[in-house]
Amino acid sequence: MKTFLKSLVAVLLVALPVAAQAGTVTVKGSDTMVILGQRWAEEFMKKNAGAKVQVTGGGSGTGLAALQNGTTDIAMSSRDIKKAESDKLRAKYNTAAEEIPVAKDGVTFYVNEGNPVNALSVEQLRGIYLGDITNWKEVGGPDAPIVVYSRENSSGTYVFVKDNVLNGEDYVASAQTLPGTAAVVNAVAKEKHGIGYGGSAYAKGIKELKVKQGNEEIAPTADNIKSGKYPLSRNLYFYLRNKPAGEVKAFIDYALSPEGQAVVTKVGYFPVK
Amino acid sequence: MDRQAVMQQGLAETIPVPRLSPEARRRQLREKAIAGFITLMAFTGIAALVLILVFVAKEALALFTEAEARHEASLSKMFLPQVVRQGRPPAFVWQPVSNVPKVSMIPLFIGTLKTTAVSMLVAVPVGVFGALYAAEFAPRRLRELLKPVIELLAGIPSVVLGFFALMVMATVLQDAFGLHTRLNAVVAGLGLALAIVPVIFTVAEDSLTAVPRSYREASLALGATPWETAWKVVLPAAAPGILAACVLGFGRAIGETMIILMASGNAAIVSANLGDSVRSLSATIAAEMGEVVVGSTHYSILFFIGVQLFLFTFVLNMLASAWTKRVIKRLTGSAS
Repeated sequence: MKTFLKSLVAVLLVALPVAAQAGTVTVKGSDTMVILGQRWAEEFMKKNAGAKVQVTGGGSGTGLAALQNGTTDIAMSSRDIKKAESDKLRAKYNTAAEEIPVAKDGVTFYVNEGNPVNALSVEQLRGIYLGDITNWKEVGGPDAPIVVYSRENSSGTYVFVKDNVLNGEDYVASAQTLPGTAAVVNAVAKEKHGIGYGGSAYAKGIKELKVKQGNEEIAPTADNIKSGKYPLSRNLYFYLRNKPAGEVKAFIDYALSPEGQAVVTKVGYFPVK
Repeated sequence: MDRQAVMQQGLAETIPVPRLSPEARRRQLREKAIAGFITLMAFTGIAALVLILVFVAKEALALFTEAEARHEASLSKMFLPQVVRQGRPPAFVWQPVSNVPKVSMIPLFIGTLKTTAVSMLVAVPVGVFGALYAAEFAPRRLRELLKPVIELLAGIPSVVLGFFALMVMATVLQDAFGLHTRLNAVVAGLGLALAIVPVIFTVAEDSLTAVPRSYREASLALGATPWETAWKVVLPAAAPGILAACVLGFGRAIGETMIILMASGNAAIVSANLGDSVRSLSATIAAEMGEVVVGSTHYSILFFIGVQLFLFTFVLNMLASAWTKRVIKRLTGSAS
């Protein structure tokens, strides 16, 4: 009897954590992708009774850190994995990070609705965010100082703009950092001389800037981002420790299916397929 | 009768054993148990404090022991101006996420200093004079209304105060003063003042009401007006308590995070202008800790900031208690 109880306890101890995990896929990371991830999870769970997908945000860095710590199955990231991060993953799990582009997004620059400036070149944006251009009149606007808004450095969008607009240089010190794209949108909507940036999915109630390239002014529209014509577009990724299998694979397959990609469009991003 | 029995008898006679009733014995036992329990509680608090300090310091220590971290964030890089862009004069820059991380603490110190200064400039007069009014001049019924209402302000979560500062105060102040940036040290400092006024008010009011009635009566009997009595007699007599109130408020202002994170704009700028956006030490920890890779230099730096905040409040409390002792000595010394 005693041995029976002991073995029962042992079996339970081994089985319980597994049972708790089976069927639950955890997804964590980029704040830009949280809404998208949640919408996918809802639809996926509706179609597959019993499956459980848990989506939380926190920022791309947070998601990738959780992937390293083993606390999430999928890390959502709006930027490429850094070398330091993939090195850590390799050291801990002896696997290369699996990278799956699941959607496309354009980084959009916003100004206040009352601002007469409609388009800026990437060079002008760089000048503004490096602090070389400090007055709107230098880029064809009114004679007023530019109030620069940025994101916290835990944000994937922060890194994207730093790499693709600033060529890796540092933001001007006076750039105000706000938590979340929604906060930036809200701030620019209230600040007449403000400029900010974020994912296009959030851009409502303010003016989106077109990007000048040569003589052309390219708007951050679906077609321009999908075709890659808009210069400031990016991939949104899922990162995994290993090749997807089981529930995780089913969820990713769903996200990449025509149905899943239709959700991408509905949320305001752009499909990869 | 053998000797042993005699001795026992003698002992019993010379040292009468107190006869405890079972009831008294139980009470004694209960007394001991309670004393043991509260001692344990007291030491749990101390143990928690020590453990927190050890943990935070341990995480920060990597900054001084690991070669890579020492190179990336040496003391000179943290506290002296550095050349960050070719052809520009050296400057203090906080850009920890970068190809070449810049980790100057100076802009963060300035940020904390500015918001704390603004909040103290507003909260000390409001809190102390409010307390003086409540203790000395307010009719009883008004006072009974005033105290709980101000104390209720202390119960408002700081995230709500921060939201209020961000959405309402920022706009009002910008429209009123034509400030260049909407979110700045003044907005954050005023939001912070809302949080520390109740702290200062409550402690100051308690110390003012604790001043003996005889002081007031003597002063009034000598022909002083109520204001002269309040200002020249009651307030100085309550000075140690008022000082303690200010120190408590100051400690809260240095450590408060949410209000500043929401309302200051979080730009690490080195300037003396209160209309500029600021980034404080505590808000930096809150904003960056979520993303940071555990064990990296950036991670250690954030813990190092935590150690500094701890040291600030510790030193401040020491100074304040030393000063309070001096004030008490002077007051009582001159009286005798």
